[in-house]
Amino acid sequence: MAMQSDIDASSGKHLAGKYSIVGVGETTYTRGGGRTTRAMATTAIANAMADAGLNADDVDGMLSYSGGDSTPSTFVAGDLGIRLNFYMDVFGGGSSTEALIGIAMGVIEAGMCKTVAIFRSMNGYSQVRIGGTGARSAAPVKGDEIHNRAYGWQSAGQMFAPTFMRHMYDYGTTPEQVAMVKVVHSEHASNNPKAYYKKRYTVDEVLSSRIICKPLHLLDCCVETDNGTCIIVTTTERARDLAKRPAIIRSVVGRCSKPRIDMHYQHGPISTVAGHYAKNILFPNAGLGPEDVDVTAAYDAFTFTSMLQLEDYGFCKKGEGGHYVSSGITRLGGKRPNNTSGGHLCEGYTHGMNMVIENVRQLRGEIDDSCPIGPDGKRQHTYDYREGGCRQVKDVEVTCNMGWANPGTGSAMIMVKG
Amino acid sequence: MQYGLGQSRHGLGNDHGQGVSVMTGLTGNHMGMNLTVDDLDIENVAFFGYCAKGDLRLQKCKENGLVRYPPTTRCPFSGSANYDWVSIEPKGTVYSYNEVHHAIQPAFKGKTPYMLLLVELDTQKGQPTEHDGLRVAGNLVTPDGEMAPPEMVAKVGIGSRMRMVFKQVGEGFALPMWTIDETAKQPEKPWRYAGE
Repeated sequence: MAMQSDIDASSGKHLAGKYSIVGVGETTYTRGGGRTTRAMATTAIANAMADAGLNADDVDGMLSYSGGDSTPSTFVAGDLGIRLNFYMDVFGGGSSTEALIGIAMGVIEAGMCKTVAIFRSMNGYSQVRIGGTGARSAAPVKGDEIHNRAYGWQSAGQMFAPTFMRHMYDYGTTPEQVAMVKVVHSEHASNNPKAYYKKRYTVDEVLSSRIICKPLHLLDCCVETDNGTCIIVTTTERARDLAKRPAIIRSVVGRCSKPRIDMHYQHGPISTVAGHYAKNILFPNAGLGPEDVDVTAAYDAFTFTSMLQLEDYGFCKKGEGGHYVSSGITRLGGKRPNNTSGGHLCEGYTHGMNMVIENVRQLRGEIDDSCPIGPDGKRQHTYDYREGGCRQVKDVEVTCNMGWANPGTGSAMIMVKG
Repeated sequence: MQYGLGQSRHGLGNDHGQGVSVMTGLTGNHMGMNLTVDDLDIENVAFFGYCAKGDLRLQKCKENGLVRYPPTTRCPFSGSANYDWVSIEPKGTVYSYNEVHHAIQPAFKGKTPYMLLLVELDTQKGQPTEHDGLRVAGNLVTPDGEMAPPEMVAKVGIGSRMRMVFKQVGEGFALPMWTIDETAKQPEKPWRYAGE
């Protein structure tokens, strides 16, 4: 068999810049919002269409992802009066966002449709909780699942913990360093009026919160919320006629994986995650490197997942992720802020969508913070990042999203200012 | 009893390891959890069936002689569907772990803290590449297969030497578990999470 290393996956450079994100939208991030996933999906898509200046006749493709906890595209499109030339509802959680953006580009490239609305709608707090609590936690354990669930090895935190532990063992990463991910993202969330948690936390508060599953404290884990989110993809050529400055997609990676994803711990080093492989598609296809990126969004299902990805995508040397996330670089005002919305740890849990939405707004220079709105109707950003202040990063040209399914699988995307 | 890769012992009345002539599914109960293996899932039926006999067996590829875990339909290193079930010495070193303090599944609610261990077997360590190893999952248990008490949990970390025990969960159905290898030389201080 050919070795993975013999295969050049960095093909498709001719698509760099050909597609853009032209509209983004979401519902509020709530707990117990009292809305169906169908209602939240239609609200998020309607908001994204309004953002882009598109009407129902302009959207002819739809993609969604879920774990059986959403409403299919058929109902959602029907509600919105959209006649579809293409749709697909796929199974998946984290890492689906960037992967579906790539699929949207592919189906448009194939001539199957022209403009695709991608949505994720989930009552992740009030209906189906991602940790597998509630009725699902008592479900019978079958076949291949016995090798994990029968051992109480089921929730995301439980499944990922051996990776996190081994990173501390291999590189001396400390709990204090990793806690800084939550501290920094909570600072960002405090400047985000729509974040579910706006409170700023300290390292001590993170480390004194109760242990869920070593090495994870409660505050190392993301929030659970109810929300719908939407991203609209079309060609950059078409984007030029729309309402907002496009966020141009330079490269995209979808569910790139480590070897042996039937149980990825069989192939080490287990303290290395899928970004190690994904970066070799992401950066060559974009024609850019980590040093060119102004803002990152590294999926923060847990503090550790942000750190591991920033490290394996090459924003610092392997093993120095703990230093990187505690150095101030990832803060608003730092050299390369990460998850400026507060991400999954603070803003809301959307399986990656809100981190792409945030970077689209960063590239437009239109972050929705509390800065005053000027006579031209545009927000006058102060770049004062104190609590309750600005969240817009100055002069953003390049952003990088890193989506996480598990240590063995991830997706990514580089966008540039349109 | 001898162990090792060179040895191919055929259990359950089959010469080729590709399932067993008369195979039925498995049903079991572990701490209140219903466990089932479908009869078509011949690899898992065989694996847990050998465990019920106190025998850790893994699939050894007939093409390249490499063993894999957990059960698969083909060799991840050659793509071959031909294999034998071979007995493996059920000993190894803790490669990583988690320690759960907030249980999700009802079966584990009264068992915290409990440990999930990934134990790297001595067999085939660092093969076929330096990054590969057979890292077998299981809970930390007492020698008689009960979930370990807190004082035992506090003793185990990366580097601890472990031996396998088999927890019977049904007829012809057992789960592999790990306990401290009392006869082995243990590290003076196995690596454990710092924040404790």
